[in-house]
Amino acid sequence: MLWPWKGRGGEGKARVDYVWAFVVGGGLCVVAQLLLDLTPDALTPAHVMVIFVSLGALLSGLGLYQPLVDLAHAGATVPLPGFGHALVQGILKEAGREGWLGLVTGGLKATALGLTAAILVGYVVALLFNPRG
Amino acid sequence: MKATPGQARRYQELVSAKTPRKPVARNAALAFLVGGAICALGQVAFNLFVSRGLDPVQAAAPTAGVVVLLGALLTGIGIYDELGRFGGMGAALPISGFANSIVSPAMEFKREGLVLGVGAKMFTVAGPVIVYGLVTAYAVAVARWLLLGG
Repeated sequence: MLWPWKGRGGEGKARVDYVWAFVVGGGLCVVAQLLLDLTPDALTPAHVMVIFVSLGALLSGLGLYQPLVDLAHAGATVPLPGFGHALVQGILKEAGREGWLGLVTGGLKATALGLTAAILVGYVVALLFNPRG
Repeated sequence: MKATPGQARRYQELVSAKTPRKPVARNAALAFLVGGAICALGQVAFNLFVSRGLDPVQAAAPTAGVVVLLGALLTGIGIYDELGRFGGMGAALPISGFANSIVSPAMEFKREGLVLGVGAKMFTVAGPVIVYGLVTAYAVAVARWLLLGG
């Protein structure tokens, strides 16, 4: 079997994968941090998260986010714009396959794993642990 | 006693001189390091899923699931909020920050009950993210579907 550090194209390719994931993922976070720091304090991290999900959806619809995903994989899908991208691509894919019913179900279907994990694990962890201090 | 315009201006200058400047470059560097590290960690999971036979499109969802799991657990043991203080948007923007935004207020408001405390506060930030993500995605996808047919 292939080990994660060897990746798809052998060891050298995997090392390049990690570099791109780090650079693109970190780069998106830098843009978000600058947006937070260089605008009035009324813009909170929650606002920036909302803006970036929507931005990911917008770029995805324009066909501009997929190239970033092809380049950086987790570096583009793990940050929140990747969530917006998954929503749009899920909607379009299901719409192409099943028509208007797919158009309605495609978005949440494509993101079901992440959302279900976040809600279930989030709930259990919140019950088991208490805040510090 | 009312301040003259000159006094008011001098006061404003004094205030802006005394207000600590945001360490913009330092924050950006920390966001890059923390966000980049989380994504590189996600890439480990991604490569593992691809090596087990998933194609890159299929592998994105379980990769997000792993990062969500880690973010929720690290929030539970009190590490992720520290990471957030340090890495800013570098900790908030990855999907682990989304998990953190669910677990952190849910723990905090547990004493307000399981329904209006845990159940409701889980979505303080996650709610808006889901709502605006879905609304924007539908606006974009429907427009694209109508204009280009997919």
